[in-house]
Amino acid sequence: MTVKQLSVFAENRPGRLSAISGLLAENDINIRAMSVADTKDFGILRLIVNDPDKAQQVLKAANCAVTIANVLAIQLPDKPGGLAGAMKVLYDNNVSVEYMYSAFVSEKSAEAYLILRADSNEAAEQALEGKYTLLSQEELLKR
Amino acid sequence: MAKYWNEEMECMEPDKMRALQSERLVKQVRHVWDNVPYYRKKMEEKGITPDDIKGIEDLHKLPFLSKADLRDAYPTGLLAKPLSECVRIHSTSGTTGKRVVAYYTQHDIDLWNDCTARAITAAGGTKDDVVQVCYGYGLFTGGAGLDGGSHTIGCLTLPMSSGNTERQIQFMEDLGSTIICCTPSYAAYIGETLKKMGKSPDDLKLKAGIFGAEPWTEEMRQEIQNSLGIKAYDIYGLTEISGPGVAFECECQEGMHINEDNFIAEIINPETGEPLPDGTKGELVFTSITKEAFPMLRYRTRDICVLTRGKCKCGRTLVKMAKPMGRSDDMLIIRGVNVFPSQIESVLLKMCNASPNYQIIVGRENNNDTFEIRVELTDDMWTDTIKSIEELEKKIAVDMHTVLGIKAKIRLVEPNSIPRSEGKAVRVIDTRKLV
Repeated sequence: MTVKQLSVFAENRPGRLSAISGLLAENDINIRAMSVADTKDFGILRLIVNDPDKAQQVLKAANCAVTIANVLAIQLPDKPGGLAGAMKVLYDNNVSVEYMYSAFVSEKSAEAYLILRADSNEAAEQALEGKYTLLSQEELLKR
Repeated sequence: MAKYWNEEMECMEPDKMRALQSERLVKQVRHVWDNVPYYRKKMEEKGITPDDIKGIEDLHKLPFLSKADLRDAYPTGLLAKPLSECVRIHSTSGTTGKRVVAYYTQHDIDLWNDCTARAITAAGGTKDDVVQVCYGYGLFTGGAGLDGGSHTIGCLTLPMSSGNTERQIQFMEDLGSTIICCTPSYAAYIGETLKKMGKSPDDLKLKAGIFGAEPWTEEMRQEIQNSLGIKAYDIYGLTEISGPGVAFECECQEGMHINEDNFIAEIINPETGEPLPDGTKGELVFTSITKEAFPMLRYRTRDICVLTRGKCKCGRTLVKMAKPMGRSDDMLIIRGVNVFPSQIESVLLKMCNASPNYQIIVGRENNNDTFEIRVELTDDMWTDTIKSIEELEKKIAVDMHTVLGIKAKIRLVEPNSIPRSEGKAVRVIDTRKLV
């Protein structure tokens, strides 16, 4: 079970993040998780949103380079060692993490949500099966 | 000290020179007609035969040759002598797809050496001089050309090739080099390095430099002259015609004398191909009238410049060409290497599966050309990882280096971020002020 993630290529110049987030706001798109990976010349903005297809259309129409990738949304206990447990499971099963970041969480919840892309998402899923809850797009959005 | 290497030719009365050119042209047209079917066909298409060329006044009747012809006829289609009589091949620094190769018989090499010997002599060189050649050696004509002239005069020649600048300076100091030959940007770099090493021109015996293969300005000349304590002379040439030494500067530093006894120069309107009178700006066209192996009749250089006749203060009567003021095509000369935007486009499309929306940014920092290629990223060019983008940048950089022969910084940019003018991307931004 995976969720759709938008990746937006952004050059390192003033106003890019403002423009992209503004565009999503105008189109009523809610961001549920995000991260920015940066290099000297450019960055990649990774987003989990309520309507990825619409968000992709909107961004493409505005001349952004956007791709959609499938990533895992893993529910973790929000307590010390919550992340370490999941990482150990993946490591023990020879799964490499390409990147990961946390999703927005409500303070009320006892759970945290981790967005993760592995070299093999399938292998990661198998490794986590029965130990962690993986969320679907809909489930993630409801939290 | 001899002022001229070949006084008879360099100071010949204009009428006599025209007669000599006419005689050589008639002979050359016959030679090409008999030996180069490619050009013969071009003449036949224009409905002319060698009988129609009775002298230089008939030159305009001949069809042009262009870089495209050289590519079409690659590799031997324009060869006018059997390969067994050729002794050397040189090649241009890079063109779209195929390189241009030029052939030389020993006779051609001797004439070329005579031309570069004239240039070295005009820069004050004699057999007592130590000439350090820091042009690249190899297929490039720079190293071999000046090396040949230096040997012809009998100078002590240091075939250094380019690079390893501190060693270049060490040799200058230890061996007392008096004349240096290289690209102007490399000369400027040597000047900077000299300073960085805590040395000054007083530590060297250099008196003159012969610089060419790329555009440079008067300001750069001043800078090089000051930083190396020399007088800097310009030299012009192209592989298709022979190499450096087609034209050279004298002590007046006011334009380059064309070795007219070997190369007839014309200026034409680049749009219509009509010959233009002396003193008018237009495209420079050369006809090589002495070369045996690879004779070019009316070769369009695409360099825009002006010809000036009249006896020079140095005593030479050879026609002078101004520094080229630009190109009639879109060729760029970056770090001495010819670069066509179309090459960049074909690398992006064919080799890298990248978008054809690119922009070339050429600038100059510390007298060295900077060269960046910006490429718009499209959705299918990347996955969502930094690694995929960096790998793409690296692949484009390697492929560009292979095809262009020089390194470029590759920068991926957002779609549609390169400015368009009338729908077409603005391809080249050249901030070097060279004219």
